[in-house]
Amino acid sequence: MSEDILQRQKKLQDYLNRTPFADFIGFKCEIMGDEMTAILPFEEKIIGNPSIRALHGGATGAFLELTAMAQLFLLSDEVSLAKPINLTIDYLRQAKAENLYARATVTKQGRRIANVHAEAWQSERARPVATLSAHFLLGDGE
Amino acid sequence: MTENPDFFDLIRQYAPNIINKVPYANTLGFELVDLEPGKAVARAPYKPETIGDIETGIIHGGVVTALLDNVSGVSVIAALSEMKSTATLDLRIDYMRPAEVGRDIIAEAECYHMTRTVAFTRAWAYHESRDRVIATASGSFALNTIKGFPTNTGEGS
Repeated sequence: MSEDILQRQKKLQDYLNRTPFADFIGFKCEIMGDEMTAILPFEEKIIGNPSIRALHGGATGAFLELTAMAQLFLLSDEVSLAKPINLTIDYLRQAKAENLYARATVTKQGRRIANVHAEAWQSERARPVATLSAHFLLGDGE
Repeated sequence: MTENPDFFDLIRQYAPNIINKVPYANTLGFELVDLEPGKAVARAPYKPETIGDIETGIIHGGVVTALLDNVSGVSVIAALSEMKSTATLDLRIDYMRPAEVGRDIIAEAECYHMTRTVAFTRAWAYHESRDRVIATASGSFALNTIKGFPTNTGEGS
């Protein structure tokens, strides 16, 4: 990491501010050095099952995807966010009508491709509601 | 896939609610386009607020994820021969190419195998046809029996 982490944090914030979808689902993050915790504050609109008041799997999935992209951006020198190649979301528990938190780990970063894992939880960190494993394409090339 | 045509008729009446009455699907503007036994087609409109990259105007992958998740779940319900609750176990998505700016996204899903407890799906997202897909998905869903599910869905009849 050649760039100063503080500069990188600022770039990430700038980037998120220019991502309408992040704003649309209410994505927030707290950055501590090179670590980031993402927060998805609960809102009625991200409910997927009104009868059991569970969050939508697509909201949880999109949140994990954004978390992985943001963490990868924070640790890389890339000028733009990486593009997803594929991702797998495992739904472990029902996500309740509460705030959702997530952290991502860059498992491997190559020249072109990065592998990232992310985990989302609610009231208990040790009881994740969903995990994500994804590959991203780095750089602006095709 | 359904062996119970009467039950599928019930599902057909109830299915639009799975999308229309789901707040998150609603906010994203999803609508159910077609439903057959074990198959579902849904549409996501192009919405400026769901853009992922302001420079290109391309919709965020998260919208495609949500659409594929939703339509896959509906295909499972369309394959049931008795009422069960469904919960996504996992969903894998492969992104082939970005969605085009300003165009709606169509997603179709099929539930190609079902046991008493698990259903398996595959799905495709595209603008026009499966010849040029934006993304593909494969999923698995856990099925649970609902005790005392009424035969009348309670929707204004």
